[in-house]
Amino acid sequence: MAIRERLSGNEAVATAMKQINPDTVAAYPITPSTEVPQYFSNFVANGSVSTEFIAVESEHSAMSACIGAAAAGGRVMSATSSQGLALMFEMLYIASGLRLPITLICGNRALSAPLNIHNDHSDSMGARDSGFIQLYCENNQEAYDNTIMAVKIAERAKLPVMVCYDGFITSHSVENIMLMENEEVKNFVGEYKPDQYLLDYNNPISIGPLDMQKDYFKHRYELASAMKDAKKIIKEVSEEFYKITGRKYDLYEKYMMDDAEIAIIALNSTAGTIKDTIDNLREKGIKAGLLKPRMFRPLPWNEIALELKNLKALAIMDKCDSINGYAAPLFTEITSAMYSSQVYVPTINYIYGLGGTDTTVKDIEKIYSKLQEISKTYRITKITNYLGIDEEEVK
Amino acid sequence: MAYNLKEMVNKKSRLASGHRMCAGCGAPLIVRNSLRALKDEDHAVISCATGCLEVSTCIYPYTSWKDCSFLHTAFECASACASGASKTYEKLKRENKLPQDKDTKFIAFGGDGGTYDIGLQSLSGAMERRTDMTYICYDNGAYMNTGTQRSSSTPHFADTTTSPAGKVIPGKVQPRKDLAEIMIAHNIPYVAQTALIGNMKDLYEKAEKAIYTEGPTCVVALSPCPRGWGYPTEDLQKISKLAVDTCFWPLYEVENGKYHITYKPAKKLPVEEFLRPQKRFKHMFKEGNEWMIEQFQKEVDKKWEYLLMMEEITNK
Amino acid sequence: MSKEFGRGATILKSGNSCEFYTGDWKVQYPDHLKDKCKNCMMCVPYCPEDCIKQKDGILDKIDLDYCKGCGICANVCPFNAIEMKHKDE
Repeated sequence: MAIRERLSGNEAVATAMKQINPDTVAAYPITPSTEVPQYFSNFVANGSVSTEFIAVESEHSAMSACIGAAAAGGRVMSATSSQGLALMFEMLYIASGLRLPITLICGNRALSAPLNIHNDHSDSMGARDSGFIQLYCENNQEAYDNTIMAVKIAERAKLPVMVCYDGFITSHSVENIMLMENEEVKNFVGEYKPDQYLLDYNNPISIGPLDMQKDYFKHRYELASAMKDAKKIIKEVSEEFYKITGRKYDLYEKYMMDDAEIAIIALNSTAGTIKDTIDNLREKGIKAGLLKPRMFRPLPWNEIALELKNLKALAIMDKCDSINGYAAPLFTEITSAMYSSQVYVPTINYIYGLGGTDTTVKDIEKIYSKLQEISKTYRITKITNYLGIDEEEVK
Repeated sequence: MAYNLKEMVNKKSRLASGHRMCAGCGAPLIVRNSLRALKDEDHAVISCATGCLEVSTCIYPYTSWKDCSFLHTAFECASACASGASKTYEKLKRENKLPQDKDTKFIAFGGDGGTYDIGLQSLSGAMERRTDMTYICYDNGAYMNTGTQRSSSTPHFADTTTSPAGKVIPGKVQPRKDLAEIMIAHNIPYVAQTALIGNMKDLYEKAEKAIYTEGPTCVVALSPCPRGWGYPTEDLQKISKLAVDTCFWPLYEVENGKYHITYKPAKKLPVEEFLRPQKRFKHMFKEGNEWMIEQFQKEVDKKWEYLLMMEEITNK
Repeated sequence: MSKEFGRGATILKSGNSCEFYTGDWKVQYPDHLKDKCKNCMMCVPYCPEDCIKQKDGILDKIDLDYCKGCGICANVCPFNAIEMKHKDE
């Protein structure tokens, strides 16, 4: 029996962690994900989990301790945001390189400088090539569900997973949510049985050697293959999850895409605003749609590209910037995927909402109206646009 | 049990032949002999900082780590990795997911770079959290793995590739950091400083105490580096003895706050006896640079007197 | 996945570096003078390569397959029972 609750995103994720009851959690507080280790230490203090909680002295040590714990043979989780994720950076690559199934919660937040504690995706997008599977969540329910699925995905793919949801917008907003029973979660994630671990004294091992050129290349290829194979694993785990909860998750979510002529691709909570906008536009007979990738790593490149083939115009929204004199990561990767899949649709990029700048239905309407224009003229005057910024004025 | 060399060499060697440390390096001696302090039946998880030791003992597809499990991740986080493993061990053992009759010990190794400098925060954190682990620093006083750059453990005036003795600047201009005292300030149950001297009794006994004391413990071991220090490889024991007899490297331990100097030279030698055989201090013996040796001597004397005083005060 | 090597470059063997011989690094080698040796074992813990082997308290042999010729053993021996010789000798 599912349980109806009202929880903030952080509370929902912490609740999922409680139900998972991992062996070890090592974390360092950082806004806006601070509440996750806070709630979790309460669970530890009150005995509702049997986890070892390590209150480390930095995020670098948080990921290092997670790596030590996972290498030892434990089921391991952590949570962070922004600068914290940036400080972990070196260790993220090592976690994936050593093929350790760590689940890392990321409450998305902008990166300094200037200092800003609000939401954008600069942090997790910065870690996009770290070898972590990245799951993106629109709301509290998805954050909760993906956290539970992440553990299973990580352990099956032998890769670390990052569960990303919007700081404050999702992390601090209280929403209605359906929780699984404790027993259901316990059965779903199952008992963790590591197969190569430090504490197995009958089989001493060495983890993390120095690799010479050819060995290194071979091992990096193995990692890349594991990431490629993870797509299938994510589908399987989502199917198993659907059977228990009735909540369906795929590689991406489509909203009004079947007959859409113009569409937006966007991650996380902005998808909610876009869905509302689409409902308004549809009433006016405008065939607008949305494609929301659930994961950016692995990138369902061909699948997404093929979904776009009948569009007349497309906008890709990035809540971060690549500062590359061109465009932002979701745009560059999806347009590249379209080219590789021989899907040619006029596509523009909107960089939006940096540092938590509010993005409203009106803003989204402007994007769709621009797409309508492009769909008629097939002319793009500007590829990369900064939503809501008067570029002349800023100059 | 009293130390016995013949029994000690009978214990398991957990660092195999075929590693690629330079000829005459002190680090494998520190590692092998401190790991001999483990009970043969105990398992050990080794967490190793990036450095000479790591890149020479675990080159794919070979590992020199024997009858123990080994983890290397990065330069600055051997302590944090060990603390993650140690805590997970406690948890799994508490829940009977590991056999109750088999003990695992957690030992981290790092050079002075990975310990005094880039790894200090991680080490401090693990010690403060009272992690059940032993940190052993093989201290050769510079970043030897990258070609002898200065570290905060590099002795005053030493010539390194980033503190070269030039016409204007006479080598490293700052005295060295005192790691043992920093560890003592963490109020952990056991801290020791040791070296490769005599029949290895000092190193072995301190490693044994450190490994089998519950909670965080730290051993700082002087690790002569023939290449970085500039002395003939065969003189390892001689150079270590001079470090100890001049009191450049006092042998002492601090158990629950009580200082104990484990070796007091019958005749404290002038520090230049330790400095002279090493190329890194060569410029100190040039005419006009006598002040450097005097200054160095003062610093050594100050620390030695401090230790004598602390031994007296803390054992009252 | 083979039995020797796991995921993420993990080496599933223990101490297999003994399959890698470092003996060709040396320019000098230790000659063990059995008549002078008192089997005090002082040289054993001082060999960085762990190549001085003893059996039941008797110094058995110096395994030159790994010896890098550092000469520490000859210097720590209180009885001058190890002599360094050039490899061509």
